[in-house]
Amino acid sequence: MVTSVTSFGRSGLSDWLLQRITAVIMTAYLIFVVVYFAANDVNYSAWLALNESLPMKMFSLLTILSIAIHSWIGMWGVLTDYVTVRLMGAKATALRMVFQLGMIAVSLLYVVWAIDILWGI
Amino acid sequence: MKQNRPVNLDIGTIKLPITSYVSILHRVSGVILFAAVALFLLALDSSLASAESFAALKTTLGNPVWQFVIWASLSALGYHLVLGVRHLVMDLGVGETLEGGLLSAKIAAVIAVIVIAAIAGWVFVW
Repeated sequence: MVTSVTSFGRSGLSDWLLQRITAVIMTAYLIFVVVYFAANDVNYSAWLALNESLPMKMFSLLTILSIAIHSWIGMWGVLTDYVTVRLMGAKATALRMVFQLGMIAVSLLYVVWAIDILWGI
Repeated sequence: MKQNRPVNLDIGTIKLPITSYVSILHRVSGVILFAAVALFLLALDSSLASAESFAALKTTLGNPVWQFVIWASLSALGYHLVLGVRHLVMDLGVGETLEGGLLSAKIAAVIAVIVIAAIAGWVFVW
């Protein structure tokens, strides 16, 4: 069996499941934030108090981790469909590797940045 | 692996159904969103760093250029979410037939347009 080395979970079924779990987490977070903005007259002190609370920090952290995993899996799907030897020639594999590793690096930066924001307040 | 294997499916010569267009846009919106995360984190940082940066963010979001950027980013998010929910519904076994897929693509497209219009109302008017 050929194992893909750049997919997130090294297994299509694992990636499929994680894509959906992370989607549900991000949707829940988005619904919460939209309802919060709709139901409150948002000011700095209330917004700060919300984001200072540990449960909200955990929810935000879970969401940024979900974004990293979800985009890794999604970008892998896009890159392995379009940045291919058939469509682009012999350099495609190297190019795809650069894109995939680059977006993984950016994802990690996003996660670290979010932790820095959330635990720096 | 042979490099010159024949390929019968040339997407460029095929008339695509609506399911293809909503799927391609789902991918495009996903790639856009990956970049937009930087904007969302930037806004989160400004909104929390201090009362002054919170006020500065509000001023920035009154700028029409930034309003457009925020509208485009949130529209990508709204579209990606609606079409993602369509996938989850299909995973539950609903609308897996050819007719069901075509119908749900149309329904999702209409809902996405409404969501994007609502985001425009929120960003530009409210």
